[in-house]
Amino acid sequence: MREFGYMRATDVTEAVSLLATDPEARFLGGGTNLVDLMKTGVENPALLIDVRELPLDRIEVADDGALKIGATVTNSDLAADPEVRRRYPALAQAVLAGASGQLRNMATVGGNLLQRTRCGYFGDTTQPCNKRVPGSGCPALTGEHHNHAILDWSEHCVATHPSDMGVALAAFDAVVSVHTADGPAELPLSEFYLPVGDTPHRETALPPGALITGVTLPAAPVAARSRYRKVRERASYAFANGSIAAALDVEDGTVRDVRLAFGAVASRPWRARKAEQALTGGPATPEAFAAAADAELAAARPLTHNGYKVPLIRNLVVAMLTELTQEDAR
Amino acid sequence: MNPTKSSAISLRVNGETHSLTVDNRTTLLDALREHIDLTGTKKGCDQGQCGACTVLLDGRRANSCLQLAVAAEGRAVTTIEGMADGERLHPVQQAFLDFDGYQCGYCTPGQVCSAVAVIEEHAAGWPSAATADIRPETGPPPLDDNEIRERMSGNLCRCGAYVSIVRAVAEAAAQAAAVRESAGDTTPDGGSGSGTVPAGGSGARVTA
Amino acid sequence: MTAPTVSAPSTPMAVPSVSAATAAAGTTTSPAPTRTAGSSGAVGTSRTRLEGRAKVTGAARYAGEVPFAELAYGWLATSTVARGRIRSIGAEPVLAMPGVLAVLHHENAPRLKPGVGMMGPDATLQILQDDRVPHVGWPVALVVAETPEQARAAAEALVVTYDEEPHDVGFSSGHPGLHTPDGGPRARTDTEKGDIEAELAASAVVVDEEYTTPEEYHTAMEPHAAVARWEDGRLEVIDSNQGSHAVAQDLAKLFFLDATSVRVRSEHVGGAFGSKGLMRPHLIVAAMAATMLDRPVRVVLTRRQLFSMVGFRPATAQRIRLGAEPGGRLRALDHDATSFSSTINEYVEQSAQPSRVVYAADALRTRTRVVRLDVPTPSFMRAPGWAPGSFAIESAMDELAEKTGLDPITLRLRNEPEVGPASGLPFSSRNLIPCFEEGARRFGWTDRDPRPGTRRDGRWLLGTGMAAAAHSAGTAPSSASITAEADGTFTVRIAAADIGTGARTALTQIAADALETPLKTVRVKIADSDFGPAFLAGGSMGTASWAWAVTEAAAALREKLALVDQIPGEGTTARADTTELVMAMRGQERYAFGAQFAEVAVDVASGEVRVRRMLGTFAVGRVVNPLTARSQLIGGMIMGLSMALHEEGIRDTASGGLVNGDLAGYHVASNADVPVIEAGWVDDPDTYNPTGIKGLGEIGIVGVAAAIANAVWHATGIRHRSLPIRLDRVLTAGTAIENSIGGGAVTY
Repeated sequence: MREFGYMRATDVTEAVSLLATDPEARFLGGGTNLVDLMKTGVENPALLIDVRELPLDRIEVADDGALKIGATVTNSDLAADPEVRRRYPALAQAVLAGASGQLRNMATVGGNLLQRTRCGYFGDTTQPCNKRVPGSGCPALTGEHHNHAILDWSEHCVATHPSDMGVALAAFDAVVSVHTADGPAELPLSEFYLPVGDTPHRETALPPGALITGVTLPAAPVAARSRYRKVRERASYAFANGSIAAALDVEDGTVRDVRLAFGAVASRPWRARKAEQALTGGPATPEAFAAAADAELAAARPLTHNGYKVPLIRNLVVAMLTELTQEDAR
Repeated sequence: MNPTKSSAISLRVNGETHSLTVDNRTTLLDALREHIDLTGTKKGCDQGQCGACTVLLDGRRANSCLQLAVAAEGRAVTTIEGMADGERLHPVQQAFLDFDGYQCGYCTPGQVCSAVAVIEEHAAGWPSAATADIRPETGPPPLDDNEIRERMSGNLCRCGAYVSIVRAVAEAAAQAAAVRESAGDTTPDGGSGSGTVPAGGSGARVTA
Repeated sequence: MTAPTVSAPSTPMAVPSVSAATAAAGTTTSPAPTRTAGSSGAVGTSRTRLEGRAKVTGAARYAGEVPFAELAYGWLATSTVARGRIRSIGAEPVLAMPGVLAVLHHENAPRLKPGVGMMGPDATLQILQDDRVPHVGWPVALVVAETPEQARAAAEALVVTYDEEPHDVGFSSGHPGLHTPDGGPRARTDTEKGDIEAELAASAVVVDEEYTTPEEYHTAMEPHAAVARWEDGRLEVIDSNQGSHAVAQDLAKLFFLDATSVRVRSEHVGGAFGSKGLMRPHLIVAAMAATMLDRPVRVVLTRRQLFSMVGFRPATAQRIRLGAEPGGRLRALDHDATSFSSTINEYVEQSAQPSRVVYAADALRTRTRVVRLDVPTPSFMRAPGWAPGSFAIESAMDELAEKTGLDPITLRLRNEPEVGPASGLPFSSRNLIPCFEEGARRFGWTDRDPRPGTRRDGRWLLGTGMAAAAHSAGTAPSSASITAEADGTFTVRIAAADIGTGARTALTQIAADALETPLKTVRVKIADSDFGPAFLAGGSMGTASWAWAVTEAAAALREKLALVDQIPGEGTTARADTTELVMAMRGQERYAFGAQFAEVAVDVASGEVRVRRMLGTFAVGRVVNPLTARSQLIGGMIMGLSMALHEEGIRDTASGGLVNGDLAGYHVASNADVPVIEAGWVDDPDTYNPTGIKGLGEIGIVGVAAAIANAVWHATGIRHRSLPIRLDRVLTAGTAIENSIGGGAVTY
């Protein structure tokens, strides 16, 4: 780890201007990902701007019913929040499944959105990696990739986004608030992550020097009937092999509203809009759920060793929506 | 601007304030072990992947290996050395000893710190990934074995003392509940939409 | 423990020793069986750990935690290529970095004596001696600096260039490089009894399958650490190891020092599982740097470095052929075990061992083959050979039970041998059948419907499985001294190690009884090479070996005390060394046995497998401390669960390195993976070693993976013959049960 300077910002404007003083500066939130990456040499900032104590630690209900979550709210506070648990239970469940209690106490909402992939080649600086060193190659394509992407990858990178929280946020149409030198701005989560293409090192559409200040969840009645399920290689404290956030509103056996998002299948949390379209207005049956999953997964291009993710996600869609249907019927 | 690469900080550890100059790269874990000679906090992976370095930061458990010391200034740190009340072990420590909740002992300080926090987090009404129904109206789940297992999963134990650890945590939690009850504080908060558990709030019973 | 240059025999050590089938003559010179009852009665009663308070308060200091004035910090730089030669090491710019004191590498490091090794020449000790790179993660330089941050930054900044050569890290049972290990006469790699092909051909029922296990890593929670310094003309070391005396001996030899001028201590060790049995690079480079700089130097390996420098269990591929009569009696048992080693040492994973011990068969053949690859040197990991070998043979026995329509326990009872199946030697004791009976009763095995896929709980298919377990229970020479102090207390000194086993407490109990004195009057000091030779904490032989030395010393002391009226101020001391006693032991087969039971839940739609409960019943000789014994057995079972479902080092064929060399990538069981587990034992009197102790550090892991795999079959009808039973494998394999209870579980 190279030497670096450290400064603590007290307000958002100051944080943004401090970052601008050094092209190699980074914001430091909970540090659970950045400090780790600095230890492994993946990140080498010259200056850290500590934003953890910025007054962005509130969760508030806006006049229009939207939930506004500050960027420095910790995972723990997010998951414990009664409004979140009541109105967006899948989000609380996703966060609870996301990391250990210790990490959740440290990790922030803003940092979670920006966490980097857990691809083993990315984390090992002795290996080529297009995301870390553009143009160096992607050993995962032909190497170890049993937990890599099946959707929307490119030959430049097959890594997945590791966030659980992000999957629930994607399902609920989250909007990311940012602050730049030009002032505040908003960015829908659906546009927040860039497609892999030939620039896997460019992960987000955040303007240069921007600070994430919060996330807004629009009011969505369907979200109150939502769930998150994560499948991983041990029962806890592991990244997902596949996960799903699902919300479902059924009336008289017909799907009125549905939200579906998948984790660990692509370079970003994957909103399953094709599946949602296929389901909306149709019957809430296991057959329809399976067909909708198939519609979404038709675009899947599994690699040699991760083809299991296609039936995994399909089975999760059917199981989760079936559960939610039965719950709805009660 | 050219900020220095080291910082003069004061760290409040187990109620005592330590003034020291640290390399900005120094983690809280290394500051404790190498600067203050509090080696009870262990370094198992140095990457947030094992939990051996768990301490309480402002009353909440955290991985001290991922916490820069310079960024911990002004925060209250409680380490394993601050758990006992003089010669009297913390009930969690006593339970680990009595139930043999350890073997080599290297993950133990982290397990103990984590367990102390788990009991407080549960009492504050926090749900976990093992909680079937997380709606606030449902109230906190009983701290059964599955809840303890999930909540303690951020602390790896390679000797495989988990079975005894779960027993020890359950025992200590039962004692803590009895203490709360006798103090008239019978209902854990957070169960009825009383608002976000404040930082360093209910989870902060153990403070420096 | 065994020499990397020889294979791991059932007597896993090279020092004079006795266990299993290698013992020599009579026990007439051995002492009367230990005074157990009638004395203070400490043995057999549960005691919390004597160092428990220190451990739960954080006061216990491990090797990397002892402070020294003027301490310097060493950080290793490791190779990034799998095979080749170092072309250049850019030390100059690194020496100019803040705080850097030295850069040690093959061109300037002290020369070490070649051929040194605890069990024969060990090339992994020859650190920084030449430009040869045998694998990714081989130490190529040590950077020493004033602070750990400076040392780390400098080691990371060090530019090393290589002349790279083509490498091969790909293992399979068909690898053309597989050969018979050249391990010398003690390394029994092959056994043959009867005509295996003829018996197979004549068998009514045949099982012929290959079973594979992946690279598995010890991942003790405490990273290997050492601090070395010169003091009063001695090299004083605090190290994390399993045997301070043996490490001190090798360290002295390696540095051309007199044995008395090296002292190694390791009071608390944060887990080992075999990885700390041999001297490891951190200690060697710490000693080098302390010598060059003449100040204390501490070197702690990083978690990632641990994945390339302290050994691991190599992957195995094992073909099992069983031939049986319709009634289940074995006519043929053929166990063909393959694994790999590095190019510099030939470590052999002796996976065929269990098949030489557990079942009678008319024809019995075991073969062990190894291939040398460009990988780090594997080493013994908890129950070397026994753990992966039992997965193969115990899975195959379950398949045979299925084919013969027999209950798995019944099948095993029909193949219970009278004498060692391969050796023909008698067993010192064999209480496997009581383990089956007691285990089956407590687990509720008898109610089991043998058909797969008959039980379901929601999305979970349920199944139960069992397996037999065996592990060698040897004894090795050790020495101990006991001092009767003037104040009426006793001080025991023995270079034992407590790596979490509870050895310190157990030896105190042993000593108290042997001295017929209350426990609180006995103080046991361990883990100091100055205490004299003692076997290491390994091979399930530590407590049995040390306890004998302690009881001998106690007997000698009592004789001495009988002759003195008053204890002088410096106390009265007696020493004992069991070398001759051990050498005089008669050849017998001595093993711990056990029966493992597991219940699993399998969701074939997600591939998730959860173990719902486990129960193990063991025959482990005399149990000294039931509290810690149970912990150790359960700990072994949990490592077995972890082996069954989680653990897998994934090696990248292109680079030759591990892709998942950290604790987020290499999964060991977390608390949430572990259910209620019960461990118990049956009476198992066995005074072949007069202490009656068999050791129970390893038996707990043996058979667990098979019991779980067999339970997964019982739940789903699918055999998983490759570990770990990963969710993608389960999901892809699905279930063999037609319309499994309540409709197809795989697809909707």
